[in-house]
Amino acid sequence: MSSARPRQFLTLKKPNFQTILGAAVLGVGSFLAALAPPVSAQRPDRSTPPALGPAPTLTLPAIQKRTLSNGLPVWLVEAHEVPLVQVNLLVKAGSNDDPTGKFGLASLTAAMLDEGAGSRSALEIADTVEFLGADLGTSSSFDASAVRLNVPVSRLQDALPLVADVALRPTFPTAELDRLRQERLTALLQARDDPASVAPMAFARLLFGPAHRYGTGAPGTEATLKGFTAADLKTFHSRTFQPANGTLIVAGDVTVDSVLPLLETHLGSWRGQPGQASAAPIAPAPQPQQRQIYVVDMPGAAQSQIRIGWVGVARSSPDYFTLQVLNTILGGSFTSRLNQNLREEHGYSYGASSRFDMRLSPGPFFAGAGVQTDKTAEALREFFNELNGIGAPVGADELDKAKNYLALGFPSEFETVGDLSAQLEQQVVYRLPESYFTEYVKNIQAVTIAAVQKAAATYIQPQRFIVVVVGDRKVIEPGIQALGLGPLRAMSVAEALGE
Amino acid sequence: MRRFVVLFIVLVAVPLGAQSPAPLQVTHQQFRLANGMNVILHRDTTVPTVAVNVWYYVGSANEKPGRTGFAHLFEHLMFEGSKNVPEGQFDLLLEGAGGNNNGSTNNDRTNYVIDVPPGALELALYLESDRMGYLLDTMSPARVDGQRDVVKNERRQSYENQPYGMASLELDKMLWPAAHPYSWPTIGHMEDLTAASHSDVVEFFKKYYAPNNASLAIAGDIDFDRTRALVEKWFGEIPRGSDVDQIAPPAARLTSVQKKTLTDKVSLPRLYLGWLTPRFYAPGDSALDVVSSVLAGGKNSRLYKRLVYDMQIAQDVSAFQQSGALGSSFLIVATARRGHTATELQAVIDEELDRLRRDGPDAREVQRAVNQVEASFYRRMERVGGFGGKANQLNAYAFAGGGPDYFAEDLARYTSLSPADIRSAAIEWLPPDRRIELVVEPEAGR
Repeated sequence: MSSARPRQFLTLKKPNFQTILGAAVLGVGSFLAALAPPVSAQRPDRSTPPALGPAPTLTLPAIQKRTLSNGLPVWLVEAHEVPLVQVNLLVKAGSNDDPTGKFGLASLTAAMLDEGAGSRSALEIADTVEFLGADLGTSSSFDASAVRLNVPVSRLQDALPLVADVALRPTFPTAELDRLRQERLTALLQARDDPASVAPMAFARLLFGPAHRYGTGAPGTEATLKGFTAADLKTFHSRTFQPANGTLIVAGDVTVDSVLPLLETHLGSWRGQPGQASAAPIAPAPQPQQRQIYVVDMPGAAQSQIRIGWVGVARSSPDYFTLQVLNTILGGSFTSRLNQNLREEHGYSYGASSRFDMRLSPGPFFAGAGVQTDKTAEALREFFNELNGIGAPVGADELDKAKNYLALGFPSEFETVGDLSAQLEQQVVYRLPESYFTEYVKNIQAVTIAAVQKAAATYIQPQRFIVVVVGDRKVIEPGIQALGLGPLRAMSVAEALGE
Repeated sequence: MRRFVVLFIVLVAVPLGAQSPAPLQVTHQQFRLANGMNVILHRDTTVPTVAVNVWYYVGSANEKPGRTGFAHLFEHLMFEGSKNVPEGQFDLLLEGAGGNNNGSTNNDRTNYVIDVPPGALELALYLESDRMGYLLDTMSPARVDGQRDVVKNERRQSYENQPYGMASLELDKMLWPAAHPYSWPTIGHMEDLTAASHSDVVEFFKKYYAPNNASLAIAGDIDFDRTRALVEKWFGEIPRGSDVDQIAPPAARLTSVQKKTLTDKVSLPRLYLGWLTPRFYAPGDSALDVVSSVLAGGKNSRLYKRLVYDMQIAQDVSAFQQSGALGSSFLIVATARRGHTATELQAVIDEELDRLRRDGPDAREVQRAVNQVEASFYRRMERVGGFGGKANQLNAYAFAGGGPDYFAEDLARYTSLSPADIRSAAIEWLPPDRRIELVVEPEAGR
């Protein structure tokens, strides 16, 4: 991997000393430039940046909606630039639907779909997919599960039977289940070696607790993984994979007339079982009442991984657009306040950011970064400066920058067939209105300073945030204590993960 | 650290096979400004986006002793302001226009990407040209200090604090002779990052950041004539610099097996096997990509199937040809399951390498790999911007010397391969007696 600037985005308040010294050197530079002979007769005027042209418009191809004979909705978008097609069979059930005591079932069920299906073995499925040059993925999130195919359009006909087998007729062979179980148990073990993996897991566990679904990662725990049987997976699959609970999303170099008969052939005879396919959304977790600091010990760590936050909002929040703008200002872009402070101004980190993880139920809001061990306390102080500071009215320039960043960049998020289908998935899973895409820019541009301030007061209450710091306890704990942020509890990784 | 823009390593590709293939062609204009800067333009109006992609032909291989990591540190400084763009404004102006930007450095080159709506094309060219022409006017020791700290934290995050991170730094040291510029890490040694100075920045900029050592590719929703005029307007005035000398690396050849064991804060042992292989686009390079797929691409690949699927003594296995301008390396990496050892993994890997050298792959294995490569070429046609888009690929091909639209020729390097070619590559380039063997063992107590 090459070394890159971080893709995590962060931000800006004016740097202090750097600006001062920079200005001094600027003077010298100008002096030298004045002495240099002219190089070119027609130099462009660089004194002000060129004006921007008109805002781009999103010309989203029509979403053509059809229904197969079994009632399965089909959403199709034509995109003819490249001879590829994306076909996603989505069902509205995910880790949200894991039964109590069986956290990880949705995730394992999805992962097992291509480990044996119809009359095909796991190896046969893999061989066929690869030979076709296809990508076939089976996975789940908290809110949905999906089988996703990306294939050259010339091979669609050969690939669709695989999609149908994998999604509708998985066989869940015991040997493959045992193999995946061991793989996942080993991955849990490996995650504990990595502070950047431990931090989000510990944060979720300490915020939501062991009983709430969001307190445990999607793959579950060592105990639940050890308990799953093929019968568990079969039951979960037949309950959740039903046409009434599904949507087929197609994007690419096809027309509705050409592709619909193919879809009907392979998926039209799918019949579901009667009954409730999806559980009700998870009850929101209670908010912490006061600030609590947790130091999770990883001796020798070169950086401390910090996560600060509490329970955020559901995707259905009426404040969605305001929160997008707010978070862009706080920690959702490179020039956001957190990145600007922690990275550009202080150099404590390679990048700091914040995020509202919005699901059907309220997921976490968190700010985070990896910071150098010997600056952990200083970094925490700056995190809280920014988290407290967002409560004051944001600047008009800052607001405009954030709104334009979101609104003007929006049309580019529909570039590939994968992009298009991902956007449509959001619309399906979160029941977004028909006009969602066409109204997005208008909704972002309507956000005001007052709305951001009100949202900050409601959703960013740093005095009630939990703080998780995964790092070298003996080095960092005294400095954190001295900050006086709140009660501090030190714990081992195992304790933080509830083991 | 990968040393080139891995052409296929992401590899999942797409097959066209018997059906009539769509034309794999990226129509473009290419011209050179009077100051020597290469310019490539490509029009794609799928979405209202323009990708502005600049390659400077300098990477960590150009660094001098005691200043490892400097090319990458310099890359960071390119975002910190120039004569007419005050510190912080580069990112603020682009975000305010709905754009994104980034940069990356490897052994051979440094690239900068800006993706913006079409209305901000001129802004992007203004910003790129100002830092190409006038970076030093406002450069200061304080700016160097600021990004030095950021880069040190990048190193901590990506290596020191990353499981197995230090092993990836060790590999290059074992593979390449000490005087070879690929022997040191692009991220640099901590003490060299500490030593980097403002005067190094001045010297480096003057030597390498001239228009005649750069190539600008613009792809997306553009008008050719207007874009060409804008490029001439903003870049035409920047003076040509001196020619850059070619790097003359010492010969690199492994003559025996070199072994080393490290310990790390990890739970499971990991094995790395490495060989030196042909440079990018040289004979053998594409065959080794296919070898990597035959060995470790997918459930049916030879190493995955035995180690992970059947025996279940490994958690993962991967193999890849890391192609570079001065040479390449081929790596096989496998992590042992609890209760198993790197030695066990190595025994199985050697059995499979022996079998591949002896019998070669079967036709279906090769076709499966080639079909995936083929599909990946079409997937790369979808996006104009970022590190994986067409603008960057046009520059990558131009850098490698084949001309910007080298897509079809590049694909032909794969479709023309036979099982015998794959076997020959494995015999010639992956010998058992000239390679490195690095093992990472868990620290005591784990």
